[in-house]
Amino acid sequence: MLKLDAVELTQGAFTLCADIDLAEGARLAVMGASGSGKSTLLNVIAGFLIPDQGRVFLGGKDVTRSPVPERALSILFQDGNIFPHLSVHDNVALGMSPSLTLDRAARERIPLALAQTGLEGMGDRMPADLSGGQQSRVALARVLVRDRPLVLLDEPFAALDPGLKREMAVLLDDLCSQASLTLVMVTHDLRDAEMLCSEVSVLEQGKIALQRGLAGIRDDRPEALVPWL
Amino acid sequence: MANRAQPISALAGIGAAVAVLVLCATLLPLGAVFLRAEEASGLRAADWAAIRFTLLQAALSAFFSVLLAIPVARALARRNFTGRRAVITLMGAPFVLPVIVAVMGLLAVFGRNGFVSHALGVFGLPPIEIYGLHGVVLAHVFFNLPLATRLILHGWLAIPSERFRLARSLGFSPSDIQRHFERPMLRATVPGVFLVIFLLCTTSFAVALILGGGPRATTVELAIYQAFRFEFDLSRAAYLAVIQVGICAIAGIVLLWRAAPQTLGAGLDRVTENQAPKSHVMLVQDVLAIGLAAAFLALPMLALVLGGIGDVLGLPEVVWRAAIRSIIMAVLSAILAIGFALPMAALMARRAWRLGVDVIGALSIAVSPLVIGTGLFLILHPIMNPTQLALPVTVFVNALMSLPFLLRALAPAYLQAERSQGRLADALGLRGWNRLRHAILPRLMRPLGFGAGIAAALSMGDLGVIALFSSPSQSTLPLEMYRLMGSYRTNDAQGAALVLLFLSLALFWIFDRGGRVNAKA
Repeated sequence: MLKLDAVELTQGAFTLCADIDLAEGARLAVMGASGSGKSTLLNVIAGFLIPDQGRVFLGGKDVTRSPVPERALSILFQDGNIFPHLSVHDNVALGMSPSLTLDRAARERIPLALAQTGLEGMGDRMPADLSGGQQSRVALARVLVRDRPLVLLDEPFAALDPGLKREMAVLLDDLCSQASLTLVMVTHDLRDAEMLCSEVSVLEQGKIALQRGLAGIRDDRPEALVPWL
Repeated sequence: MANRAQPISALAGIGAAVAVLVLCATLLPLGAVFLRAEEASGLRAADWAAIRFTLLQAALSAFFSVLLAIPVARALARRNFTGRRAVITLMGAPFVLPVIVAVMGLLAVFGRNGFVSHALGVFGLPPIEIYGLHGVVLAHVFFNLPLATRLILHGWLAIPSERFRLARSLGFSPSDIQRHFERPMLRATVPGVFLVIFLLCTTSFAVALILGGGPRATTVELAIYQAFRFEFDLSRAAYLAVIQVGICAIAGIVLLWRAAPQTLGAGLDRVTENQAPKSHVMLVQDVLAIGLAAAFLALPMLALVLGGIGDVLGLPEVVWRAAIRSIIMAVLSAILAIGFALPMAALMARRAWRLGVDVIGALSIAVSPLVIGTGLFLILHPIMNPTQLALPVTVFVNALMSLPFLLRALAPAYLQAERSQGRLADALGLRGWNRLRHAILPRLMRPLGFGAGIAAALSMGDLGVIALFSSPSQSTLPLEMYRLMGSYRTNDAQGAALVLLFLSLALFWIFDRGGRVNAKA
């Protein structure tokens, strides 16, 4: 589904080197200390940054130089996922049409996505009238209507309280399972990774120091993950 | 090195084209001025006098503005009182006040028939003579005391509150605080403030036009106007324009070398944690400083309102026609200025372009509107009668003049909008109009409204380019008011001043308010 083939990218004194191969439906947590290259890696996959060397494949297609919106993926940022001047309905609709011109089929998908994310009947509300959790759900509903097979999560739970974090993780887990979505999540918290992912990559100074399944990780205590255990 | 996957947007592309247009609109007139100046026959005695007067009045205006601003800023920094916010707002008002209106107000208070002269007469003293050097300096202090106060107040509020707590723990007296904190801050701040005001006063035209004149009180800008309108000696006007550019360039370079003070007003509503003991003497000092400054700024406007309100309804039709013309020109100028500034702000959101575009935007104001007007006149004169283009040229130059203020307001907001929602917009494929509509404009409504208000108010009060180009049938409200003053129709002039004051403030308020109402972020 997602393949990073000998990707290298240099920014000043920092160099990211990554080889990743994820099957469809896989869920990868990317961890590492600040400045280790987690967000840079996500930006390469998303297309915000173009690598100096190597290739990025999505669904078997070489997208190394493709612009962000042409890649078969959706992104959830830590914050700034919502346009505050648009209603919930329009925020979700933007996922399908930047000009907000929707055909009938597209219009019918919005209430469905809102229902799936627990926002039934809230389409006319403005973001300012929603709680933080509800705003996160709006962004999730947009991911659903975009219907892209890969979802990138850039520390999506960092600003949420523990209760809300768990609630969002359960919702994301359900939605990803239903739609067989592949998921790459950058996080600082191993517990977040365990709630949602099955694999983990640990980055150290731009290099992948560890890549393995999350099962049994607390017993094995791999050295690269010790700071998070 | 990695490529940033960020193609230049259509709007930023337009911004590059606008920046080139603005550069040409500034440099071509300047080139025309330089070429024509070669025909002039050197400096006359009157020109030397104009240079001396320009520098002298600018230096005195800057000196008194700063000197008087220090106690006012200090009082505002250390006192919290009901109405403090109103006083600080009042300090911003002269910025949108038409110069000719303010001068009319000053005449109502300090003129031969003003309140102060009447009060002096009660004690058998002669009336104040406002025309000449002291009148020009008085008007410049009226306009620049608030600016100096706000800039110095920023310096005061920038002293970390921990230092005042430390001073208290060490038992500092007020004079110790002055010596260790306040004087070093003033030494760092005051030279920059002085230079900004000096530069502004060297390009002041309308004040010198009304309160100056004659061989002993003519600025270089006024001399350019006189060479144009009275002698129609274009070579001499061009020669003087070159001198004016030289004065501005030297002052501008010194200002850049000395580092210009920042900002026009954010964050002034807090008070320093100056916990030094506040004596009764200090209280009296502060009350006097704030009270006198507020009276100095408010009384002329109050006198104008009281004196002009009875004359508004009887104003001749020509004044109302000029008022309508001025409103149309102000709105067009604001729209044009926004049309220039928005794409330039989009370009400035890219680091590589920021400084260059900022400098281009500031060029117009550094060169001075009268010099640009002179150059445009020289370019148009061989082809057609420039007075036929008086109104469009005035709209265009006024838009150029407000560009630095608009860029100051828009560029940081644009950058912030791109930083906060640019990646989301990229991810959703929002480009061109859709990106502007959904990701950028909703976050720009406040600065857009404020900037358009500034542009409209500045254009409404303009008495620069229009004075060069206009014919009697194309006058704007400030020009019509100047003509009324020149023909000693004081009552009509006061009524027109009141209309101009109301329209300038109303236009600013409508645009600014419009931006606030629609702001979503």
